[in-house]
Formats: sequence, structure tokens, C-alpha cells
Amino acid sequence: MSGVFSVRAWSKVWVYRETFVLGLCNTIKTAVTALIIALVLGIIFGLMATSKKKILVLISRVYVEVIQNTPVLLQMCFLYYALAFSGHSLGIIATGFLALGIYTGAYMAEVIRTGIESVPKGQFEAAYSQGFSYIERMYYIILPQSIKVILPPMVNTIVNMIKNTSCLYIVGGADLLSLTYSFVTGENTGGSYAPAYILCGTIFFLICFPLSSLATTWETSLKKRDNRNAAIKEA
Amino acid sequence: MDTFGNSLSMLKEPAIIGFILKGVLFTLIISVVSVLVSIAFGTILALLRSYCTGRRTRIFKLFAGIYVELFRNTPLLFWIFICLVFCPCPEALNRPMFGLTSVNNKLLFKACVALILYTSGVIAEIVRSGLNSVAYGQMEAGHSQGFNMLQIIWYIVLPQAFRTIIPTLLSQVITTVKDSSFLANVAVIELMARTKQILSAANRYNGTNSINVSDVFVLFGTAALIYFIINFSLSMTVRRMQSKKKRVIPVSKGE
Repeated sequence: MSGVFSVRAWSKVWVYRETFVLGLCNTIKTAVTALIIALVLGIIFGLMATSKKKILVLISRVYVEVIQNTPVLLQMCFLYYALAFSGHSLGIIATGFLALGIYTGAYMAEVIRTGIESVPKGQFEAAYSQGFSYIERMYYIILPQSIKVILPPMVNTIVNMIKNTSCLYIVGGADLLSLTYSFVTGENTGGSYAPAYILCGTIFFLICFPLSSLATTWETSLKKRDNRNAAIKEA
Repeated sequence: MDTFGNSLSMLKEPAIIGFILKGVLFTLIISVVSVLVSIAFGTILALLRSYCTGRRTRIFKLFAGIYVELFRNTPLLFWIFICLVFCPCPEALNRPMFGLTSVNNKLLFKACVALILYTSGVIAEIVRSGLNSVAYGQMEAGHSQGFNMLQIIWYIVLPQAFRTIIPTLLSQVITTVKDSSFLANVAVIELMARTKQILSAANRYNGTNSINVSDVFVLFGTAALIYFIINFSLSMTVRRMQSKKKRVIPVSKGE
């Protein structure tokens, strides 16, 4: 662990601090865009999975299974090389958020499907009998009830997605981790392994830890409330 | 897509098929070994985190907690990079083995260590949820029978905890098979890395002297299909186990 206490190594990191800021910006940019794509895909395919049309359910199943059972790295490589060799290269970050968005979208779809399925069937029927249209039914009746089931696992999915931005490394990488790696192995900047990795790890931890602990506490408090309600019902 | 036939002909070459299959073998071995070691390590972490609540042993609980949170909130690739630099490697691996050069062997070992460290953080949380599901009365019953703490954990708590978490552990195997593709980043030769290697040399094999889009589709399609077959069969097993469990145990109230 040479270099943890070396002033020279730390000052080198300080001199090149813009590398890390750039990496962080790229990671955040990728993560936010991917999140938007994932949410859109997740809502569309989640609703399709809970619809009555067999064909829509089938399409959504195929999407979720194919994406969830293959590595995100492979999807990203595939997208990048397929675009590059056909001459429509989008650039690294665009490829990154597209691939990540599609990958995370499959997980979002599952989360949303479980959320909607957790609402008792009578609620759908009651809303239908009151003359609500599909959108009104979803927006006024189903969404408020399923949101508390959906949000905790959704936050966990987001944490995983933030960690997965490091996949960009394989297609040439401009994210935080890739830039850290090229910093520590670079010809002019190389050598200060420990400080650079400590900095990069701390940034990731500071982003992900609050989110994942929020999800955990949220989940436990919801479970406790459900248990209490069940106990009241039984009594 | 007029070069599609040429690309497909690559898959007929025995050398390439063998190369890919060896990659599959490595992927499987890496995943299975990592999961098994991680289960052992993760169980220890979970036990420390759950049962070291005494005044003197609280420090272990703290360490286990820090370990789990640290590894759960940082990317796997981060730990792979760190292990490549800082992880010590036993001298025994410093020679050609399993058809790999000594450099590749060392890489494989270091990357596997990273994968194990990362996976045990996740598995520790899974095991802990299993430990929480074991009713507290079981421990009291064990104490009243004169078992000591280790015996209670080994004979009473762990068997029940593992029975409840087996489906979750199997899903974690799926994740680990997928995560093992991260090792391709540092040129460990498993399925993903080999696919990339073949692609970069595709112009020599497909007879058109250039790398075409169809090569990307064929090669990555094959790799995706292999990953899909492995993971989908696993996830089917998980689903069958879960539906069986629901049938055997009637739905309990208040869960």
C-alpha cells in the first residue's frame, strides 16, 4: 500500500483534480440519462406485462428475460461495435447511457410489474365499475397504492445502475472509474495508485451509500407497518 | 447483410468453437468457485454482524457492517483494478498451468479474489436475511438443551436459514455469472474476453478480409445465447423452487 501517506502522490491527485471532476460529471450525465430511458422503458413494459393482451405480455416477458439473463457488458459491447462497424458511431457516453438504460429498464419493468400486481384485483374492478378510463384508473387508484411497493427496490436498482456506469471502461470509457484507471496508469500521471483509488471509491460510496440505506430503512419501516396492520386485523 | 454467410462460417471452424467453449468453461468455473468461497466468507460476515452484540465482540459486528456496506456501494470493476495492483499472489501460480501463461494465471487469481470479495458482501446480506427469519425461540430451545453458541449456530440456526435463502442464493449465482464478464476488462480469458478477441481477429477467419457488422452480430449473439441458456435455466430452477415452496407451506398469516 505504498503511497497512502506520500504527500507527493496526494499532491499529484490534487494537480490533476480536473480529471476526477470530469469523470464524475460524465458518470452523473450517463446515470441520469440512463435513468430517464430506464424509467420510460420500465413504465411501458411494466404496464404491458400487467395488461390483458397476451401478445403484449409476451413481448414484455421476452424483453425482460433476454436483457436480465445476459451481462450488461456484453450488451454494451454489442451496441458499441454494431454501431461502430456499420458506420454510425454515437460516441462512448451515448452508447453508455443507451445500453445502461435498456439494461436497467428491464429491472424497472419487473419492479413496476410487481408493484402493480401487489394491488388487489378488486381495486381494478371497482375503478372500472366507476367508469374510470385506463389512464385515470392507473393514475388515481393503482399508482398511489403501488408506489410504496415500487420505490424501495427501484432505489436499489438505481444504485446498481450507478455502479454499472463503470462498464463504460470496456468501450473506451470516459466515466469516473475509467478516468481514474487511466490516471494511475498514465505515463505522466501514473504511480499514485492509493490516493486516486481512495478518492474514486469515496465518491462512489458517497453517492451510493445514502441511496441504498434510504432503500433499506424504507423497506423495513414498510414491512413493520404491514405487520402491525396485519396484527390489528387479526385482533 | 451480404456478409452474413461468411460470418456464420466462422462458427464452423473447430478452433474457434473450441476457443469459445473453453471460455464458457472458465466462466462457469470462475462463477462456481467464487460463489462457493463467497458463501463461506459471507456466512461468517453475516454471523459476525448478527450475533456479535456483546460489549467485547461488538467491534467484529462493526467491521462486518463496514465491510458489507463498503463493497455493496462501490463498483466491482473498482475492486478488480485495486486487486490487480495490491493483491498478493501465491508463488505456486507463477508458472504456466491449465493451458494459460503465468501472467494470465496471476491475472485470473487476482480478478477472482476481487469477484469473491465483492460477492461475499452481497451474500452476507442474503444470509443475514435468512438468519433473521429463524425464530428466536429456536436459540432459546437450543440453550435449554445445553448446546453452546457454536453448536446452536451450526446445528439449529444455519440449516434453517439456508433452507429459506436457497432461491435467493441461486439468483445470486446468476448475477455472478453475469458479473464474471467484468473480468474481461482486465483480459482474463473467459467467455466475454474471448468473444472480443475473436472479433478483433475476425478478418482472418471470415474470408472477407475485413471486420463486418455481421461478425459483431454472430459473435456477440453466440455469446449472449450461451449466457442466456446458463442463466435462464438457473432462473427457471429458482422459479420452480419458489412455486413448490408456496404449495408445500400454506400461506402463513401476517407475512
